[in-house]
Amino acid sequence: MNRSLQNTLRYSALLFMAVLCIGPIAVMLLTSFKTQTQTFTTELNFFFVPTMENYRDVLMDASFARYLVNSLIVGIVSTALTLLIGCMAAYGMARFSFAGRKAMAYTTLMLRTVPLAVIAVPVFMIWSDWQLTNSLFGLILLYVAVNLPFTIWLLYGFVLQVPVELEEAAAIDGCRPWKVFIKIVLPLIRPGLAAAAIFTFRIAWNEFILALVLTDRSTRTMPVAASLFVSDLGVEWGKLMALATLIALPPLLFTFLAARQVISGLTAGAVKG
Amino acid sequence: MTHNTRTAWLFVGPAVAIMALACLYPVLSAIRLGFFDWSMGTPWSEAKWVGWDSFILAWTDPAVWRSLWTTLKFAAIAVSAEMLLGIGLALALEGNLRGMAAFRTLFILPMMVAPIAVGMTWRYLFDAQFGLINAVLGVFGIAAKGWLADESLAFAAIIIADIWQWTPFVFIMVMAGLANVDTSVLEAARIDGARWWTTTLRVKLPMIAHVLAITLVMRLIDAFRVLEVIYVLTFGGPGEATEVLSMHIYKTAFIGQKLGAASAISVLLLVVVMLLTWMALRLSNPLKSNESDR
Repeated sequence: MNRSLQNTLRYSALLFMAVLCIGPIAVMLLTSFKTQTQTFTTELNFFFVPTMENYRDVLMDASFARYLVNSLIVGIVSTALTLLIGCMAAYGMARFSFAGRKAMAYTTLMLRTVPLAVIAVPVFMIWSDWQLTNSLFGLILLYVAVNLPFTIWLLYGFVLQVPVELEEAAAIDGCRPWKVFIKIVLPLIRPGLAAAAIFTFRIAWNEFILALVLTDRSTRTMPVAASLFVSDLGVEWGKLMALATLIALPPLLFTFLAARQVISGLTAGAVKG
Repeated sequence: MTHNTRTAWLFVGPAVAIMALACLYPVLSAIRLGFFDWSMGTPWSEAKWVGWDSFILAWTDPAVWRSLWTTLKFAAIAVSAEMLLGIGLALALEGNLRGMAAFRTLFILPMMVAPIAVGMTWRYLFDAQFGLINAVLGVFGIAAKGWLADESLAFAAIIIADIWQWTPFVFIMVMAGLANVDTSVLEAARIDGARWWTTTLRVKLPMIAHVLAITLVMRLIDAFRVLEVIYVLTFGGPGEATEVLSMHIYKTAFIGQKLGAASAISVLLLVVVMLLTWMALRLSNPLKSNESDR
């Protein structure tokens, strides 16, 4: 087969895949700008006068502002804490041999994949007991705990790639372990931190089953509010899609800003280099 | 590696404390709760020790077996479709195509969309009256279907949504694996006169077998844990057609309010997922692979 024909075929396949991937997201976005009547048509129409009506309705809802703020607090605080605690642990595991290291390592590796449905019941029970239900702190604590295993192992790989000689030289110059960690290791694992931040934020911002179980009217996050709206709004597709778009947007923006880090996080552990 | 237990624990201590308290302790509690009969809303002191009863009940409950079967079917069909499509596309498109990075960015978008938004969007796409899918089928003269109202069509719907979201993951993993294949070996095979098919089947795929295995196990783990998209798209219905294990646990606990029974079933799911995770560790253990590098 001649080369240019082959390339044309390949680009057509890529384009087709891209259309399939983007299609549902585009429908979500376009529908969010349609009026109720426009969503109630069986004809395919991509050309219409966009309306902001749905976004106005959703954003003007007084309780909605609160859910948005809750989601932002939970997302940002969980991410910051997970990153801080996770990078310390990754460094400790990569650079020190200590009593309990192996037990900790294997427990962490197994905890990476615990199904959220499995911990939903006990978490509901324990959090009630500790009086942590209906508080943002309770939700943050949970998200930090479930995100730490992945974060630690992702960053562990990045710490190992830091040349040990750099750290040794600094130690000989009289740097304490903490200073070595902050001055030398942290700046070098920045790409890993970016990937870990995106993945942690994605879970903390998107998750809704545990949040549904643990929050009430005042501490709900956006996905929880949306999941309750689904039955309330029924077929008000415009509003539903506006809500879905608002929730989907932040992780999508991060992906555009740092696609390389997202891919390094996805393939971490399985592919070298 | 420095041996200094005190300094080391200053670094790992906070993480260990939080994971033990808010992740490991709940997991162990799930197992313990399985031995109690406890209804939501009643104080824990009223919980009754019932021994293995809930576990025996779970193992003999046809509803549990049905949802286990639904989960297995879902995982088998969705994951094999994703693997075949992902591997096929990666083999067809590997090499240095210009603009590949931009396409890759587009392909990872579905995985980043919140499950709640994925569920809502596919619900609209599959809508019997106003959905895009029936509209497209209509162009080909196929009559509109009530996707989410029919048992087998609803099952197909959750699989289609999963394939949409996760095929790109397989594609990206395989592409990354192929990028690391030593080209001199392929060159040698080509010079020996091997055809594209033979090179692919006999040389290329075996060389990335490891990546393929890990991708498969990672996808299986996720498929067994699936919950949120299905929660929004079908809520396990119609009937119990799409009630995967996670969904069944959720309903038993928070609708049926039987926390002990739900925990007994969740131990079942936990065992399956932990077995798969152990397999993943056998394939790729960050602890071992890195230590042998030194």
